[in-house]
This record gives sequence, structure tokens and C-alpha cells, in this order.
Amino acid sequence: MNASLLTVLIAMLGGAIRVSTPFMFVALGECLTEKSGRVNLGLEGTLVLGAMVAYAISYHTGSPWAGVFAAGCAGSVLGAMHGSICSLKKVNDVAVGIAMMLFGTGVAFFFGKPYIQPAAPRLGSIPLGGFSDNSALRSALDVNPLFFVGILMALLMAWAFANTRWGLIVRTVGDSAAAALAMGLSVNLVRFLSTTAGGFLAGVGGAFLSLSYPGSWNQGLSSGQGLMAVALVIFARWSPIRCVIAALLFGAAGAIGPSLQSVGITQGYYFFNAAPYILTLIIMIATSSATRSARDMPGELSMAK
Amino acid sequence: MSEGATMSDIKAVPVLAEAGRGAEFVRRLRVSSEFFVIPVFALIVAAVGFALFLLALGKSPVDFLSYVWKGGFGSAFSFQNTLQRSAPLILTAMAVAIPARIGLIMIGGEGALVLGGFAAAAIATPMVGVLPPFLTLTIMFVFAAFVGACWVAISGYLRYARGVNETISSLLLTYIGIAIMNFFVEGALRDLSNPNKPSTKPIGDAYMVGKIPGTEVHWGLAVGVLLAILLQLLMTRTTFGFAARVTGGNFRAALAQGLPVGKIIVACSMIAGACAGIAGFYEVAAIQGRANASLAAGYGFTGILVSFLARHNPLAIVPVAILFGGLVASGGLVQRRMDLPDATVLVLQGLIFIVLLISETLYGRFAIFRPGDAKDRT
Repeated sequence: MNASLLTVLIAMLGGAIRVSTPFMFVALGECLTEKSGRVNLGLEGTLVLGAMVAYAISYHTGSPWAGVFAAGCAGSVLGAMHGSICSLKKVNDVAVGIAMMLFGTGVAFFFGKPYIQPAAPRLGSIPLGGFSDNSALRSALDVNPLFFVGILMALLMAWAFANTRWGLIVRTVGDSAAAALAMGLSVNLVRFLSTTAGGFLAGVGGAFLSLSYPGSWNQGLSSGQGLMAVALVIFARWSPIRCVIAALLFGAAGAIGPSLQSVGITQGYYFFNAAPYILTLIIMIATSSATRSARDMPGELSMAK
Repeated sequence: MSEGATMSDIKAVPVLAEAGRGAEFVRRLRVSSEFFVIPVFALIVAAVGFALFLLALGKSPVDFLSYVWKGGFGSAFSFQNTLQRSAPLILTAMAVAIPARIGLIMIGGEGALVLGGFAAAAIATPMVGVLPPFLTLTIMFVFAAFVGACWVAISGYLRYARGVNETISSLLLTYIGIAIMNFFVEGALRDLSNPNKPSTKPIGDAYMVGKIPGTEVHWGLAVGVLLAILLQLLMTRTTFGFAARVTGGNFRAALAQGLPVGKIIVACSMIAGACAGIAGFYEVAAIQGRANASLAAGYGFTGILVSFLARHNPLAIVPVAILFGGLVASGGLVQRRMDLPDATVLVLQGLIFIVLLISETLYGRFAIFRPGDAKDRT
């Protein structure tokens, strides 16, 4: 096999694992929120704020895991804001998402300015490539523990949706607010909690961006990953497991540009950088339909109406 | 009123009609003032919130306000700078407002602005020095509007034909549009004589759009205001506008009526994209002189907020855009004098946006804006 092709493929494998992790967390968070019947488009802002908070806390405390936790908390604050604002009557959740996107990004840039220069301790990774002599493969398989946390989270969510009382409550609220009311559930409370928890996950995804890969904090850190992750949930048809698979696919697409660069192909760099956006759009076109709402879509989603 | 009228009352009729007209005027004023009072109230609440934010950081809100005034409105020079910056805001806000009238939340103005500006610069390159300036600028203007229109029309068409969520697709297209511009500006169309920043070839001073006579403001502002008036007329006084409002009000009813819903959606998104593309044209032909990454300066995103604050009304967009133009124009001064990061304006905008959306819940809750409502209910 052509050696440079192999290099590209290995780089894409490593890239898929690295790039997919933030997608995975944001998509799982959005999956939970959408299962309860609301869309939070603001996760792009949550991702950026999470990245900033994680970096700052890791810098001040010296513990990257404290940073991850703080990022999750910052994400839940934004999620709680979204959740409570959308509980008001006549408020459009998509518009609130856009506002939260601007607000989260603004707050992150505002407080993040002093942290662009200093180096914060980053998250360590687990070397899984020890069996191989190929250094490229070894570095590709240096996997961050958050990747496995994400997969465990997806399994846990899938199990919880199917088998627990809480899972049933979230699904009921998401599918039919009327049915949930008849069961005596507080629709707004369930959605508030789901959005808050979803914000936590998205914040953790942001922590991965600044503490693992790319592994530094700057204003161009996230450019639409949060938004793509929201689109990805539609593609994954609201299943946590499929969210993970879709995130890996997106990770691989996002890794095309840097991988080609690693073997010296720089032409069309901007085109390959745009690959994830184009892929997202194509996937949205392929999975949507004008005449029926997507299969498995929660019935209460504003997109469904 | 006329039911019990007798011969002796006839003289009184004109007076009563006058009084009726006056009452009708007051009633209408009360109804429509709701759309003014609530957004202004939201602005005030957001301002108070931002003042508390500044106080918590140990900065003075009074200083902030005075610098915004000084940098954006205080002198003829600063106010003209504000007007200059409000021109793209008017146009990008319309790129949100027109689709919003048919119930679509499209936020792709930034991408259409960037691509429109880039298209204008690209098509100008072979024409500079060959065609006269006016003809060149006309071609650039039309091409920028066309490219912007086609770009946003993709979202509209996908919404209609495939049910693709237009908010997500329009934002994705913004990222793709910026990538397309970077691809060309750093590659095939790069001006190699300019080593500093990858840009297209400059169109040259002779080909730049002039200022409105007597001012330092380029013609983009006049075009923006004119388009706002025209689009307001289009949406309120024409058959097309009526069909668009029906589509926005009740999609299924519009379909059942046999309205060409698909065409209306695509047409509205094309108008939106054309507005943003024209904004890009003026950024290139009146300000930058070339296309480069500075085109993506965030006007498209501020335009979203402007449109929401103006309740998607083209006429209301103009004053709101001037207000935010002043905020953008004074940003540099505020940052330098108060030692605040450049994201301060972004925080304030986010805060205003959030408070504004919260205020949506207030509509219809105050009897003062609902004359006659109490009687109707009984």
C-alpha cells in the first residue's frame, strides 16, 4: 500500500478519535435536551465557554480535571438559562438558542482574554498504541480518557432512556406534553433539567477542546462544532449510540484537512477545512424530508411542527 | 353611533365622527405602542443588567455610556462613522427580517455578506482599468446581490423542498461561504504584491464608491434606507407581501389556498441574501477596497439582533441599526479608555438579545395596550 496513503489513513483514525470527542459530548447533550422536546441551538456558545472555563480553572488550580468539572458547571448555567427562559410563554426556543450562542461566546471571549498566552496543564492521555512500532499509529492511539467517558455516557443514556423511570419521563415529555401533563408531570421542570444536564455535557466537550485537542485556548477554537453537533443529532435520529457513530464520522471528516497537510498536501486546505460543514449539510439534506418529520423525532420538537 | 340619530342630531354627526376618529387613533396608538414600549423596556433592563456587570468588574457604567456617546454620537465626525457602520447593519438585519415575515429564522447574513463582497471584488479584477468606474460598480453591485441571493436561496429551497432546518443550514452556509472566500483569497485570486494579508487585488481609489454629498458617509446608507422603505412597501402593500404574510401566519392555510409557497419562500430568501450581498458590496467598494478576511467582521450576526429588536419591521430596522452602529463604532474608544476586552460589545449584545427574547412573554399581558379587550370578553 502507498505509504503516504497509509499515513493519511492513520492520521485520520487518530483525528477521528480526537476530533470526535467534543462532537460526541455536545451531541449527547443536545440529544438529551431534544428528547425532552426542546432545541438548544446555543450549544456552540456553551462549547466555547466550557473551553475557556476549563482552561482558566486548570491554569489556576493546576488540575485539568477540576477544569473539566468547572466547564460542565458553566455549561449547566447556560443550559439552565436556556431552560428557564424557554419555560416562559411565547418564547421561541430557536431564537433563544441564537441569543445564547452570542452570549456564551461573548462571555467566553470577555473573560478568556487573559488566558490566551499562559499554558495550562492539559489532560493526560492513555497510550493504547504500545503494541505497534509505527510511531504515527502510536500517536494516533494516544486516546484521551474523555473519549471513553463519552462512550460510557452514550451507553448509559441509551440504557436509561429505554429502561428507567427517568428515561420514560423525559421521552414522554418530549413526545407529548399533553400526555405528560395527564401523568401529572411538570413539563417545564423536566425540560429545564434536561437542558441543564445537556449544557453540562456540552461544557465538558468544550473542556476537551482547550485541554486536549487542539489543547490551547484562543478565540478561534470552535468554529461551528457546537452547531454541527446539533445537526448531527438529527442524523443520529435521537439515539445516543448513533450519536457516537455520527461523531466519529464527523471527526474523520474534520481530520481530512490536517491529515493531508501532514503529508504535505496543502492545496485546497480551506476546502478540506470546510468539509465537515459540507458533510453536515449533505447529511441534513439526505435525512430530512419535506412531507414527513424525521423518523424517531420527539413529537414536541418545534422543528417537527 | 348613528342608530339613534334623529333629525336634530344631524348637525352633531360630523363632530361625533371627528371624536370617533380621535378615539380610533388613540386605540390604534395604544395597540401599536406595545411593540415600541416592550422592546424599549427590554433595552433598559438589559442596560441596567450590563451596568451591574460593569460595576461588578469595578468599571464605571457612566464612563461606558459617555464613551459610547462620544465615540458614536457626540460629534459630527463620530456620528458619520456610526452611520457608515449602520449601513451594513440595516442590510444584514433585513436579511433576517424578510424570511422572519414568512416564519423562517435565517441567520446566514454573514455568509452572504462575505460572499457578496468577495464576488464583487473578484468580478471587478478584470474590469478595473478597462471599463469606466460607474459601469464596473454597477456590475459589481448586481453580481454581489445575485451571489448573496443565490447563497441564501439554498437554505430557503432546502427548507421547502427537503424540510431542512433553515436556521442550521443558513449558519452552516455561512461557515462554508467564509471558507470559499478564504480558499480563493489565499489561492487563485490572491494579490501577490500584498505580502501582509491575503487579499484580492485592490479595485483602486478611482473605482471606489463615493460619499453622499456633504457627508463622509458612503452611498450604502442611502441604499439601505431606500431598500428598507421599498421592502416595507413590498411586504405591506402588495399581493406578494400579502401572500408572504399568509404563508408566515399559517403555512397549511397558504398551501390549501393554492399559494405558490415554494416560490414565496425562495423569493423571500433571495431578497434576504441580496440585501446581505449588497452590504458586502459596499464593504468592499466603499470601505476596504478589496476582499479579505476582514469582511467577516460580525455585521451579519449583529444584524440578527437588530432585526429581532425591530420586530422584523424594515422601517424600524433603520433607527435600531443606527443605535447599534454607534455601539460598534464606539467599541474601539471604549476598549482603549476603559481597558475592556473587545468582546465587551458581544457580551452587551448577547445580554440585550436574551432580555429581548424574555420580554416576548410580556406581549398581551397589559390591559393598557388592549383597549376594548375587556368588553369583548364579556
